[in-house]
Amino acid sequence: MFGLHYKLERTTIGFALAVIVAASIGGFVEIAPLFTIDETVEKAPDMRVYTPLEIAGRNIYIREGCYACHSQMIRTLRDEVDRYGPYSLAVESQYDHPMLWGSKRTGPDLARLGGKYSDEWHVAHLINPRNVVSVSKMPPYGWLARTTLRIDDLGEHLETLRRVGVPYTDEMIAHASADAYGQARPDSTYAEAVRTRYGEATQIRSFDGRSNEPTEMAALVAYLQILGRLTDVATKSAAQAGE
Amino acid sequence: MAIEERDPHTGHATTGHEWNGIKELNTPVPRPVYFFLATTFLFSLFYWVLMPAWPTGVSYTKGLLGIDQRTTVAENLRQAAMERAVWATKIEASDYSVIPADASLMQVVRQTGRTLFGDNCAACHGANAKGGPGFPNLTAGSWLWGGSPEAVAETIRVGVNSTHGDARVAQMPAFGKDQMLPRSDIENVAAFVQSLSNPSIATGPDAGKVAAGRQVFATNCTACHGEAGKGNIEMGAPDLTDTVWIYGGDRQSIMTTLYGGRQGHMPTWEARLSPLDRKILTLYILDLRRRAP
Repeated sequence: MFGLHYKLERTTIGFALAVIVAASIGGFVEIAPLFTIDETVEKAPDMRVYTPLEIAGRNIYIREGCYACHSQMIRTLRDEVDRYGPYSLAVESQYDHPMLWGSKRTGPDLARLGGKYSDEWHVAHLINPRNVVSVSKMPPYGWLARTTLRIDDLGEHLETLRRVGVPYTDEMIAHASADAYGQARPDSTYAEAVRTRYGEATQIRSFDGRSNEPTEMAALVAYLQILGRLTDVATKSAAQAGE
Repeated sequence: MAIEERDPHTGHATTGHEWNGIKELNTPVPRPVYFFLATTFLFSLFYWVLMPAWPTGVSYTKGLLGIDQRTTVAENLRQAAMERAVWATKIEASDYSVIPADASLMQVVRQTGRTLFGDNCAACHGANAKGGPGFPNLTAGSWLWGGSPEAVAETIRVGVNSTHGDARVAQMPAFGKDQMLPRSDIENVAAFVQSLSNPSIATGPDAGKVAAGRQVFATNCTACHGEAGKGNIEMGAPDLTDTVWIYGGDRQSIMTTLYGGRQGHMPTWEARLSPLDRKILTLYILDLRRRAP
C-alpha cells in the first residue's frame, strides 16, 4: 500500500507536487461553496447601507465585545422563528464587515432587535441592565452615556467599507461626520441631509436623550435600532414560504 | 533499500535506518485506522449523494433526500400552527367578553401569554408587569389610553409615539425648558399636582403654593388632564389624582416632568406579533390586572 509513497518521498519535485495537490483540496473545499453564491444568496436591491452613526455604533458593539454573548443570526429552527421572527438570510449581512453572526448566546439574539424596544429602554438598560431587567447578568455600560462620540474619522471608516464592497458614494464619505451628528440631533441643520442621502426610512432621533455632542450611547442605540431593518426581504421570504 | 530486513523481536520490517545500533521499525498502521478511514469515506459518499453537497458551476447538487432547512422549518411552523389551532381558532373567533369566562381558554392565555409577555413586553414592563421608572405598571389599573380590551389591543398594535402611521401620540410639554411658565409657577403647580393625590399637602406648609398652583393648573393643564386632573384617555393624559406614577410622584420627580416634559415611547407590535398573539397578550394583561391584589 505504501509502495507509491516510498517512491514519491524519494523524489523532491514529485513530493512537492503531491503536497501542493493535497493542500489545494483543502483550499478548494473552502472556496467551492462560493461558486453557488448566485443561487444560495438572495437579492435585496432595496437594502439600505448603514449610516455613519450606525457604523460608529457597530464599531462600539465590536469594541465592547457584545458579539461574545449576543448572536445576530436567527437559525432555521421553529423555536427561534417563534421567538425572534423570520430566520436570518445571508443577504441581510451583505454590508457587515466583519459579520457578527456569533456562535454563542449568553444573552438573546439581536438580529431583529431594531424597533422592538424604545430608545429610552436601551439607554436605561445599557447604563445598568438590572434597572430594567432584574435577573440580567449583562455588565453595565454606563460610560457610553458620558463619552463623546468620535465622529471625525467616520469618513475613513466608510471609505474602508467601500473598498470591500459597500456602495457608499463620494458624497456620503465626504459628509460622514456631519451626517453622524445630524442623525443623532434632529433639530440641527445637518439632520435633513441625512434623510436625503440615506433614504426616507432613516431613523433620525436623539437616541441618547441628550442635545449636546452625540455620545457613544447615541451611536450604539442607533445601531441596535437598525438591526434587522435595512431590508424587509426576510419578512417577504417568510411570507412566501408560508403560502 | 533494506526494507526486507526484519526485527528479530517483533517480526516487523525495519526502515533500514540505524542510529547508534538502534534500528527504526517500520510498524504497519493498525487495522482499526484503515477501518475508520474507509468507514468515514463511505459515509461521505452516501452523504454527498443524499444531501446538498457539491457545487456544479453556478448551482449545486441538491441531494436525493431533497432536504432543505427552509422547507423543514416552514413545515415545523405549519405543524405548530395546527397543534395550536385547537384553541387558536376559538380565541380568534371569541369575543373579549366571552374568553375570560372560559377556564380552559384562560389556562392557554395564562400559559402562552406568559411566554409572549416574557419575550416581548417584560423588558420594559417587568416580568411581573409592574413596570419601573419611566415604564408603566400594567397591573395598577391606571390606563393612559383606556383599559377596555379593545383599547389595550389597539395600544399594543400601534404603540405610543411609535413609528406606526396610526400611533397613539402624546406629549407632556417642557414647561420649564421651553420657557412656557416661569419657575415660580412650575413650583406652585407641582405642589398642586402633588396635592391632588395627597390632600394633606394642601393644608401643610405648602398650602400657599397649592392655592397658587390651582390657578396655573386651570389655565395650562386642564386641556389634557381635565378640570379635576382626572386625565383623558383620548389624549393619553394620565390621571393625576391617583397614586400611580410613571415617572415618580415625589415633588422632585413632578418638577422634572414639568420642567423637561415627557414623551414615553412604546413600540408598535403590528409587524412583529400576529393578531392572535396580540389578542392573547391583551387577555393576559387584563387577567393580570384582574388578579392583582
